[in-house]
Amino acid sequence: MNVTELREHICETYPDLCPLFSLEFGDGVLTVDPERLRQAAVDLHNFGFDLLGMVTAVDRGDAFELVYRLRSRVLSVGMFLKCRIPRDEPKAPSMVDLWPAADWHEREVYDLFGVVFEGHPNLRRMFLPEDWKGHPLRKDYVDDNIIRRPDYF
Amino acid sequence: MAFVSPPEGPRENVSAGIALTSVDALLNWGRGHSLWIMPMGTACCAIEFMATAMSKFDFDRHGTVPFIDPRHSDVMVVAGTITRKMAPAVVRLYEQMPEPKWVVAMGNCAVSGGIFYYDSYSVIRGVDELIPVDIYIAGCPPRPEALEDAFLQLRNKIKTESFVKGVRHTADHELPLLGHRKAAAHHDDAAKTAEPESAEEACS
Repeated sequence: MNVTELREHICETYPDLCPLFSLEFGDGVLTVDPERLRQAAVDLHNFGFDLLGMVTAVDRGDAFELVYRLRSRVLSVGMFLKCRIPRDEPKAPSMVDLWPAADWHEREVYDLFGVVFEGHPNLRRMFLPEDWKGHPLRKDYVDDNIIRRPDYF
Repeated sequence: MAFVSPPEGPRENVSAGIALTSVDALLNWGRGHSLWIMPMGTACCAIEFMATAMSKFDFDRHGTVPFIDPRHSDVMVVAGTITRKMAPAVVRLYEQMPEPKWVVAMGNCAVSGGIFYYDSYSVIRGVDELIPVDIYIAGCPPRPEALEDAFLQLRNKIKTESFVKGVRHTADHELPLLGHRKAAAHHDDAAKTAEPESAEEACS
């Protein structure tokens, strides 16, 4: 199944998701609001997307953009699920019950971006020490230990 | 160490010749030729370390045996990037090694932080911030020959030590292991602000 067929199938099955579906660099991208993120994930899971490749986040300045990479073995197609959440209150529903692979990925996003995944069974820091202050991949992260790269490089 | 032939006289009790040596030379010879390695491999340098230990390069013939146990090892080879989360474990393993012990910093990450020197929030800039280092090997990663050469250099260094006189060339163990380099940097700053002659003496 290619992306065009995927779009047609999604529009047939879930008409409310159809206007949110777009193409970016040849990949299908479903961009949803935070309120609809959980329901969209459930729908896509029921639709046949049984593998979660990764969860990551992008610091867009005013918001964090969560990115879920989904893959379907049955349909043989992949797509992205994206969601912008407000930066001052970064919360998102956890997807661990749908895709167990989300467990460590959401811990990583929590560790490096500070996004709180509600319903996660074990939301602790993943890579950094437990007593670390701050979330380093945020653009406004400051740390006295960092040596900034000089301009002449 | 010198080998001499048996003296003249009744030879039936002296069947194989006599070796004359000093305690230091004998100890250093033994230590230098049986360096058991604690591989502290955390990144891609560890792959090169494994290649060195495998049959093509085969550094077992130098008596350097990789042994995954700090309590039985003489040399810690820090092969890879050390992060701030890994740092306490490195210090702990170093402290578990019995004296005498040496450290080889293999690769740019272990020497200075390497490509993670700038703009990194998590990488230790050189393992000598944590533990005293004897031999530094540059490279990203170094060739297996460089690692073999490091052990030959370390053997030369061990030859200059003296068990009897208590001469060791590792860094001062009275310094706290963490923050060891910060103390040295502070010392350098103090030397710069002092008289020019004394600064020259400090450099020399």
